[in-house]
This record gives sequence, structure tokens and C-alpha cells, in this order.
Amino acid sequence: MAIRTDALPKQEVKLSKEEILRYSRHLIMPEVALEGQLKLRQAKVLMIGTGGLGAPLGLYLAAAGVGHLGLVDFDVVDFTNLQRQVTFSTSDVGHPKTEAAKARLSALNPAIKIEAFETRLTSENALELFRDFDLIVDGTDNFPTRYLVNDACILLGKPNVYGSIFRFEGQATVFGYPGGPCYRCLYPEPPPPGLVPSCAEGGVLGVLPGIVGAIQAMETIKLILGAGEPLVGRLLLFDALGMRFRELKLRKNPACPVCGEHPTVTKLIDYEEFCGIRGEEAPAVTNGIPEITAREVKARLDRGDDLFILDVREPHEYQICNLKGKLIPLGELPRRVHELDSSREMVVHCRSGKRSADAIQFLQTAGFKKLWNLKGGVLAWADEVDPSMPKY
Amino acid sequence: MAVKLMIPTPLRQFAGKQASIECKPGTVGEALGTLTSSYAELRKHLYTDDGKIRSFVNVYLNDEDIRFLDKENTRTKDGDTISIVPSIAGGSRK
Repeated sequence: MAIRTDALPKQEVKLSKEEILRYSRHLIMPEVALEGQLKLRQAKVLMIGTGGLGAPLGLYLAAAGVGHLGLVDFDVVDFTNLQRQVTFSTSDVGHPKTEAAKARLSALNPAIKIEAFETRLTSENALELFRDFDLIVDGTDNFPTRYLVNDACILLGKPNVYGSIFRFEGQATVFGYPGGPCYRCLYPEPPPPGLVPSCAEGGVLGVLPGIVGAIQAMETIKLILGAGEPLVGRLLLFDALGMRFRELKLRKNPACPVCGEHPTVTKLIDYEEFCGIRGEEAPAVTNGIPEITAREVKARLDRGDDLFILDVREPHEYQICNLKGKLIPLGELPRRVHELDSSREMVVHCRSGKRSADAIQFLQTAGFKKLWNLKGGVLAWADEVDPSMPKY
Repeated sequence: MAVKLMIPTPLRQFAGKQASIECKPGTVGEALGTLTSSYAELRKHLYTDDGKIRSFVNVYLNDEDIRFLDKENTRTKDGDTISIVPSIAGGSRK
């Protein structure tokens, strides 16, 4: 067993009368019983991310009586979170997530210690944050943090309960368990930016993180109890549309740069750089893709300029709001490119400007020259030009 | 020999929105070849420019990672399932 709760002090540790009542459904199960409940009370679990996966995770761990919960998140609750991040209420919008989650979890179980770390997890603070906890649960939403959490867990020898989601699909496993594989054994390298769509672009059905986060909660509790068969060396795949669970074998890679026989990563690195996204925050004219602001487009259309608007989002996004442009989803562009007239000046847009940049890159290779990327996509249009347009 | 090739959600947009295809390959590599020859855009997502399977994409024959079998030369047989499993990072949108 990897976690420290084995080192329970030998002196008499007891549950109070209130605790016995609260946890009675655990206590009457031989797999938990008094000993297991005391392990839960002694356990220290650090949750990275308090969003979609963190919501069921936090609620169940707090309810189960995990004695010390750490919450790491730098984000603020917004309206788009409420569709799936069920720890938060509408009144929490605008408040820091860690603060809102702490209040909710404390209300659920006032006897446990909840520590809120309102900060971005970085290579500078990760080891120090992780050190005091027995195990780490990864519920983040981006590749740099995934690799950072993995490497920090391996360097400190702590298990990492992993869960990840996309649209209708989920993955879960336990990394960093003694003798078991790590995230880099599974995926040595991250995808280059832009090649795999994020949840913000791809969307996610609200219940999905609920299911995957609950699986993470279950594995966390099993690890603390030392009960059952942990999800080690197995990648659980969940397909919500087909309602199927599948399991794939995960093997420890002897040549893994972090957990292999001759590790080359012996300290935390720059994970933004590792994932190739340094400087992505200030795109301006990225890779020769000319940009135009929503205000400029509006002004030029008002002047009567001949601007062709190409929308590369999906049809269901077009239904939410649109600029009356021609709709060709990015994935269909290569085979529908003949529908476009390269002699006309074209403004390409998507939701936030990323997919349209990819579309422009493609169109440039197809010989189109008069191209503009609408900076910030329809979101910017809603902010700068038409406040009545819904944002999503 | 019919083999089922499962296409993961993030890549379906490049494969005519299909969740799987059936094909009759001799090896895992041939099955992937069948898929990517019909969908050129998908090829870019699965292979590097010099033709190697990208390292954030894993390919499984049934429940075994082909990296630990015979890689793309792994033989397939009737009733096998090949899965493409790319890394996904989602937890909550930021």
C-alpha cells in the first residue's frame, strides 16, 4: 500500500458518537468497518481542479469522511460551469472556485479539514503542495498540468488517481502506484497544440464528468482503505453514448523518462514549453495568419465592402448564434473547398479564433490569399459589436 | 478476416463521423492504412510527417498495446477489435 495511512498511531483512536452515526453505513460493512473509517479520517487527499471531475470527487470524499482535503484551483465560477460542476450554485458565479467548493464541502461535513489553495499549479509550487498529502487526484483540463501532476507524483512517490473526459468519452486509471505505470508510460508526449480539441471547443455532456469523477472518488477511497483491486495497470474507457465500459492493459515502460529504469526527468520542467504552447496567449499575427477585429469587420460591412464570411464551426453551434456566414465545419473544409471563391476577400471565424486559424492555414496551402481570421471569433463579436448575441 | 476498428470521439470528425469501421486487414498497420486512405485529414492526426504513429495516440489490438506486441506489424485475426486511444485532457473547461 503506497499511502501513509498505514502508519496509524497505535494508541486508541476512536470515532465520536456523531461520527458513528454519520458513517454507520460504512461501519456495518466489513470492508470498511471502524478501522477503514479511521483510515479515511487520517487520509490527506489533494484534488487538482475543482471543476467537472472535482465536483463529484469532492462531494463524495467529504461525505465519506476523508479527514483532510486540499483543493487546488485558480479559477472563478462562471455561468458555463453550472451545467456540470455540481458543487457550485448560481449564487457562486464570480467567486473563486476553491472558496465556493470549500463552503459547500464544509457544509456537507463540518468535521473534516478543507484547505483551499487558490493558485495555479506550477513547477515551482507543485512539490511543496503535494508533499503533505497521501495521494493526488488529477481533475485538470489541460495537458501541461497533466504532465506536471504526473511527474510531481512520481518524484514524490505518490499515487495519482487520473480521470479525463471529452464529449461522451472518459478515461480513468491510477498512475504512480508502486510497480505500476505512469502517465508518460501511456503517453510519452503530448499532442501538438491544436491537434486535439479541448473541452472548450469540443463540449462535454454534463453527466460525463460526474461519472468519471465518481470513479476517481471510488478509486481514491479504495486506495485509502487498501480494499479491492485498484485500477492500476488498466485504463478504463467509458463510452457514454454506447453506455459501454472497456478496459485496456497499461504497462510500465522500462524506458519511461520519469518512472523508468534510467529516468532522464529528475526534476520538474517547463510543462508549457514541453506541450509546445509557450506564447500562445499572445497570438496577434500568428504564423502569418492575418487577423481582423470584430469592430473592423462590422465597420467594413457597414461601408458596403464585399466581405465573404466563412463560419468553420459545427452546425449545432451555428444554431446558437451566427454572423450569417457560409457554414463549412473545419473537418469538412478539405473536401468542400471548391465551394469557396478564392477571388473574394474572406473573413473566417469560429467560436474563439483557433479553428478558424487552422482553416486559414489550410486555405493558404490551397492557394487562397485574401484571408482574415476574425480575432476572438463570435465571442469577440458578442463583446465588441452585438451584446445581444448569446455567448457559449 | 473481419476486424473492427474503433475511432475515438475526438477523431470522428475526420472520419465521416463514424464510430467504427469494419475491414479485413492482415495486420494492424493495414487496418489503419485502410482507414486513413479513405480519410486523408485523419492521416495527419494519426501519423507524423515521416509516417510514424504519433506518440499521443496509442493503438490497441483487443486489450493489448501494440507497442508491446509487434507494433504495426501485429497480425490480426477474425473478430479482433483495434482501438485508437488518443490522449484527452478534459476535466472542466477553463
